[in-house]
Amino acid sequence: MSHIVSSTTKSGGAPDRKIAFLDSTAGVLVKHMPAIGAAVGLVVLWQFVVWFFKIPTFMAPSPVDVAYAFHDNAKILWTNVLPTILEAFLGFVFGNLVAILLAIWFVHSSTAEKAFYPIAVFIKAIPIIALAPILVLIFGNGLAPKIIIAGLICFFPTLVNMVQGLKSASPAMLDLMRVLSASNTEILWKVRLPSSMPFLFAALKIAATSSVMGAIVAEWIGSSFGLGALIIEATYNFRSPLLYATVVIAAALAVALFFIVSVIEARMIRWKPAGSH
Amino acid sequence: MAMSGAAKLMPSVPQAEPAATAVSIQNLSVRFGDRNNEFTALSDVSVDIPEGAFVTMLGPSGCGKSTLLRCVADLVHISDGSISVFGRSPQEARESRDFAFVFQDATLLPWRNVLDNVRLPLEVGKHAQNGNNADPHELLAMVGLKGRENALPHELSGGMRQRVAIARALITRPRILLMDEPFGALDEITRDRLNEELLRVWQETGTTILFVTHSIPEAAFLGQNVLMLQAHPGRVKEFMKVDLPFPRSLAVRDTVEFIGVTAHLRRLLEECL
Repeated sequence: MSHIVSSTTKSGGAPDRKIAFLDSTAGVLVKHMPAIGAAVGLVVLWQFVVWFFKIPTFMAPSPVDVAYAFHDNAKILWTNVLPTILEAFLGFVFGNLVAILLAIWFVHSSTAEKAFYPIAVFIKAIPIIALAPILVLIFGNGLAPKIIIAGLICFFPTLVNMVQGLKSASPAMLDLMRVLSASNTEILWKVRLPSSMPFLFAALKIAATSSVMGAIVAEWIGSSFGLGALIIEATYNFRSPLLYATVVIAAALAVALFFIVSVIEARMIRWKPAGSH
Repeated sequence: MAMSGAAKLMPSVPQAEPAATAVSIQNLSVRFGDRNNEFTALSDVSVDIPEGAFVTMLGPSGCGKSTLLRCVADLVHISDGSISVFGRSPQEARESRDFAFVFQDATLLPWRNVLDNVRLPLEVGKHAQNGNNADPHELLAMVGLKGRENALPHELSGGMRQRVAIARALITRPRILLMDEPFGALDEITRDRLNEELLRVWQETGTTILFVTHSIPEAAFLGQNVLMLQAHPGRVKEFMKVDLPFPRSLAVRDTVEFIGVTAHLRRLLEECL
């Protein structure tokens, strides 16, 4: 045993790296094995149930039917996913941008916080589904109401987290900046904004998935394009495989946005909060 | 303004001739709260700290020793009396970077590496810059952190983080170093080492040091003088000279003279209670 171990370690160079690579790939697979296994198992179970009970396709299509739907409706799916991506993305950007700027204002002016925080809570309390028709009436059937709704859905978690994040700098740290005669702008850029980053990204990850939901809900209410409109259309025409395919794409879109935010977070935040080991 | 004395990073033996006054505190009172619920933190405190001195401040909790230090640093508003730092108000002294502050917590920015943390004072408070700064690499070598310039704070031990904080405080070549229980959160071995090194840094830079502690041996070992405060309200109990020769090493703590000093301090502390 010990002989084998020593001979492989001595072999050095490229084979070692190859083994390391295979090891890490296998490691990832092994790590996610339960998840992959469960997903595959559920799809197989679904297929089996549809078969066994002879469930009509319009009621619940089998995974195979859905796979065909992807193939047959590739063009429709593609032309409808693009506006949803655009709405979700722009809503994500504007909603978070407004939330961040408002949070910065709140931290520097307690009057502003007292005045506008309750209003923000009130707007959050309005069900999005109730707000959508109002916005459609005001802004019409175009992209604008969808972007606004996607933005509104992102706005609140980011506002709350960002205010907390900007206030998370320790009193001693702020004392230090005062001893150094730092200006408020310097404190914002050097201390408050960097220390708020973990809080911001926690909110952005929520916003990434909910912005897609916001865009789709808005398309539901009044639209002739987008994944939301496609869901309505497929439902009314009993095109169930297409409906399922649309749902899968919507979920994949949300997961993709979440993944992008996670990757940016991992690249940006390499430090650990003070005092932790 | 003669900066040369404090500016050079050269050994300067503690003053032989009577030195100028670095910090002069006259009839200082500090009250917190409003009229209905007033709390007197400091009452009628007067003391003069000569330039180049190492003064430790000791007292029971609630005696206002940290508050006194924060008054000098312009972090706490003075209710009555006055403080002058080299003849100027604490605010003027802060804006001309006459002093630096070291907190109990190292207060490093966790996303900046060691070198960038040390350089922080050079990047902020632009109107307070006087261009008379030390070399961060030299300072890191002085506090024993050469080669760790690129480490992030969470990769360092508590003692190392506090060394970084001391290097950061020294980068602007302050004439006064205000230290608020800087080694209070460290284990005893690390604390002893840093005590010895702080004395060396003091002798190398000639900086005046005001050092708050709640440890009797630390107060006696570091201080030329110990300012003993008592509580309710915070006021001066005694400004005592520590008659132990410099340079001091940790071994001095085993001498009869040292034990005499700590015994006296302990008696004073008990009288305060």
